[in-house]
Order: sequence, then C-alpha cells, then structure tokens
Amino acid sequence: MGAYASRRLLWAALTIILTSMVVFLLLRFIPGNILDIIQANGGIDRAAISKLLGLNVPVYVQYARWVTGIVLRGNLGSSLMNSRPLTPLIVQRIPLTFELCLMSLIVVLIISIPIGIYAAIRQDTILDRILRSFAIILISVPNFVIAGIITLYVFVWWHYFTPLQFISIGKDPLGNLGMMIMPALALGSQQTGGTMRVMRTMMLETLRQDYIRTAWAKGLKERVVVIRHALKNALIPVITMVGGWVPILIGGSVIIEYIFNLPGVGRLLFDALNQRDYPMISAITLILSVIVVLSNLLVDLAYGWLDPRIHYQ
Amino acid sequence: MTNDNKIVAGGQPVKEKRHSFVFDLFKRMVVEKPLGTFGLVVIIVFLAIGIFAKYLIPYSIVQINLFKMNQPSSSAHLLGTDFLGRDVLSRFIYGARSSMEVGIGAAALAIIISVLIGAPSAYIGGKTDMIVQRFIDVWLSVPPFIVLLIMMTLLPHNIFTMIMVLGTTAGIGGARLIRSAVIVIKPNTYISASEAIGNSRLQSLLRHVVPNIMPMIIVAFTLGVGQAIMSEAALDWLGFGLPISISSWGTMNPWPWAPLAISLTIFGINMFGDSLRDLLDPRLRGGVGRYSLKPKKLQQLKKYFAKD
Repeated sequence: MGAYASRRLLWAALTIILTSMVVFLLLRFIPGNILDIIQANGGIDRAAISKLLGLNVPVYVQYARWVTGIVLRGNLGSSLMNSRPLTPLIVQRIPLTFELCLMSLIVVLIISIPIGIYAAIRQDTILDRILRSFAIILISVPNFVIAGIITLYVFVWWHYFTPLQFISIGKDPLGNLGMMIMPALALGSQQTGGTMRVMRTMMLETLRQDYIRTAWAKGLKERVVVIRHALKNALIPVITMVGGWVPILIGGSVIIEYIFNLPGVGRLLFDALNQRDYPMISAITLILSVIVVLSNLLVDLAYGWLDPRIHYQ
Repeated sequence: MTNDNKIVAGGQPVKEKRHSFVFDLFKRMVVEKPLGTFGLVVIIVFLAIGIFAKYLIPYSIVQINLFKMNQPSSSAHLLGTDFLGRDVLSRFIYGARSSMEVGIGAAALAIIISVLIGAPSAYIGGKTDMIVQRFIDVWLSVPPFIVLLIMMTLLPHNIFTMIMVLGTTAGIGGARLIRSAVIVIKPNTYISASEAIGNSRLQSLLRHVVPNIMPMIIVAFTLGVGQAIMSEAALDWLGFGLPISISSWGTMNPWPWAPLAISLTIFGINMFGDSLRDLLDPRLRGGVGRYSLKPKKLQQLKKYFAKD
C-alpha cells in the first residue's frame, strides 16, 4: 500500500505538470491569435501589447515564466481587464464552487442510494417500475433544462426565490444551504438518475451472492441483510462513479452558477471567457484541473480502504 | 410460408428462409425491447424531420414580423411566434436538422478518434499502452466542458467547428472504453491464430480485433449522439455554440419546445442504445433474475413457518 501510494502521488504530480502544459498550450495552439482578437477590439499598438503580455518571447520561455511565477510566488498572473492579480480573486471564489459540487454530490447520494436499494429489493413491483422510469427521465433531461424548470416553476408555485444577494456560509449557514440546495439538485440531476440505476443493478447482483443466502438462512431480518451485508459491497462501483463525476460537476457548475447567479469560479470563468481575459482563463482552468487530479488520487486511494480484496501491485 | 425451417413429412427439406443480421436484430428489438423500439421511432422521426426540414416548414425561419411578436399558438402559427415574430414551429423543425447534424457528425468523429487511439494502444500493449493511457489521463484531468468552452471561445462559431470540437473532446476520452473492450478480446485464440498464420499486426487489428468490438463501437456511437446533442445545446445556451442566426434546439428561445425535444431525443437515444447493447452483447446484461421471493410470497411463507 505504501509503495503504491507513493507511486500514485508521484504520478499525480507528473500529471499536474503535464496538465499545466496542456492548459497553457490550449490557449496558444488553437487557431485564432490572441493579439488579433485584442487588436480587432481595440486597434492598439500590437508590439506594445505583445510586450505587456509577455508574448514577445518563445512559447517555452512564456511557459517557464508562468510556472515559476505560480510555484515560487503563488502568482497566477494578472487580469487583462483591470490588471489586478488573479490569485486572491480566484481563491476568494473557490469555496462557493467547492460547496456547490460537494453539496450536489451529497444530495445525489442521499437521494439515489435509498431509491436504488428500494427498487432492487422490491424488483418488478409497480413502484420499482415508476422509480426506474423516473431515473431514465432524470438521465435524459440536461441539467440546464432542470435548472430552467426550477427557476420557472418551483419558484412560481412555492413562492420560493433564491435570495438576490449571496449569503455566505459563515454568516448564515441555514440561509446559505437553503440558497444552494436548488442549484445543487439541478447540477446533480443526471448523476442522480445514473446512480439510481447502477445502485439497483449492483444491489440485485449482490443480493444473489452466496453470503446473502447465508445471511437469510441465519434468520436475519431483511433490514440487516440488505444494509449490513449487501449495501457495502454494492457501493463499490458507486464510489468509482463518484470519482468520474468531479470533472463533470465542475464543468456543469459553469452553467448552474450562471443560471442561479452564484459568484463562484464557474461564473468567473464564464465572464473571463466572454471578456477574452486569457490569463484568467488559463489560471482558472489550471486550478480546476489540479482539483480533478487530486480528487482522482483520493478515489484511487479510497478503494483499498473500502474493498480489502483489491491489492495494489 | 407456414412451415419455414421445418422438414415436411415427405422428407424433402424446405428451403430455409434466412434473414439478414440487421433484420433479425430489428425483429428482436421490436419483440423484446418496447422502450428501445420507442427510442428508435423517436430517432427516426426526428431524423426525418431534420432531413426533410426544407419541405416541412410552413414559414421561412428568418422571416421577422414585428407585428406578431411573442404570440401564443394559433392556427396560423401552431407553436406561436418568438421575440422577433418568427414562426417557432419552422425554427423547431430546422433546429432538428442542425442538432442532428452536430450530434451524428460529432459522434462519428468521436468514435473514429476513439478507435484510432484506443484499439492500437490496447493491441500493442506494454510501454506504448502505458504512455498513451497516461496522456489520456492528462487530457481527462481538464474538465471536458471547460475544454469545449475554451475552444469555442477561440474558434469561429459554426456547425463544422462545433462537430470538430465536440468530436475531438469526446473522442479522446472515449478511447479508454475502446481500449478496455480490446483488452477483453485480446487473449482469444483467434487473435493468436491470426498472428500465427503470418498476418501483420495491422492486418489482425483491422480484420479481427475491430470487427469483434463492433457491437461496442455501435453502442458507443449511439450514446455519443445523445451526449453531443446535449453538449451542443448547453454551449448554445451559454452563447458559446452556434450563432443565433442558425436555428438549433439550443439557440431556440421559446420554452418549452426545444428543451422538450432535446430531452425526448436523448431519452430515445439512451433507450435505443441500451437495448442495442443488451441485444448485441448479452454478457453485459445485468440484473436478471430475482434475489428473493416477492413480498406477498414472503408473507405467506412467514405465516407458514409461524405455525410450527
């Protein structure tokens, strides 16, 4: 385990380095020169801008400058719009996106796992069929449509509106949670449907194992058989899925934060893309990618803890 | 007609009536998978609407009529008009066309890229495989939707770039799926036999490996169409997709027709894809059988044992 963990850590570090290159080059190798776009918008002196942005040196020098700035001084660069340093701007907005993604993850699991279990132990009953169709509908409707439905109908029917001003979790935890619950539901809608289906299938598979028959034969109650003996084993593929969600949820947070007007990193990225604020775009993308790499690392290490049958070599 | 595949009493074998594989598959789909058939019907209907959009639209999709803005549905405009007085039904019909174009184009490109990367990587194996997989790891650590947003910020907004961008992004990630499929079939004897009779790696890859993962490729393509339509709509919706001048389900404003059509299409594609996977590859079928007795039966048994 120790050797595996250290090798996995090393690989994560290498991935972060390579990812930073991808992020850096993504903005430079796609056709469409940054200078052309700025010039088309403003018509300013090309050489002066190029020097200001540090684009007058070869690409690898630019990359080296960017990386040393981040590593040595924690400086992600400065915004093209108002030349303010980016690091505090981004750091200030990360907690909200983190909270949104984490909350939607928790909401997804809280909703889908019990429903999946119920559908499995009452297989082929009417309620099982209804829940299965519900899961399929959830998978088919894009999250921005769900968000639209929530903003249009839920708020109209129940007279519940998201507060216009952002409530920070430090000041009013309950108010903050109340504000975030709808965006979190919308963000995780597709994952909820998917998890319901996977949970049901895995539960059905687990419940047909020999050790479950043994548990029944011992005369245990259904609740004990299902929760203590079957659930833990059926959960393993769900954990795998959770690892895969992180990039999807982060991508989706751009849309959801835009619809619900939440001041998170996704919203910041959306504005930066609209303003063509390139240093901001690469800085945010880099940070989000690093989060994805680290979460993948956590999921990989969590396997061994959850499933003792998995051996690392 | 009455005695296909049977031997008549006289001992004369009746000529066996053989159907093509596709026909058989279609028949099984209709008989065994009602939801999958429904999905297929939805896909065919929207495809037909897209293909014949030109002849189906009652009004021009660009005709602005400022005297008839935001009208509800009427006999003249079945789905009403939008904020510029354009006929919603016509734009909806044309939207099917662009959405289907993008969906099918992007999914086709994605599956080609996936096979080109995934199949050789798994077939060659060893160090090559490891290096290719690590590069895919790196690519997948940037959230895909953000890659799409960045690419669409820099590239011109039209259907061609949309297909290219969606196809490449999904294709590199999908290579992982193809790789795992190839790894499963690689130890089979027919692969070693193909190499033993002197086929080159490329030949065995093309003649034996790729045809044997065809079911997987078809299913991945089908599900990819739905994913592409969804991503396209999300990008349009944020203003990073097709320009508003092109009518697409994502750029359509009036609620709720376009979101309904997107959801219905994705529902159809998912159902069809899932059924297709069940029919083509029975090994992937899960959750068959019942673990215990039905609740009613359980109650009866409990009563029975309580007596003793």
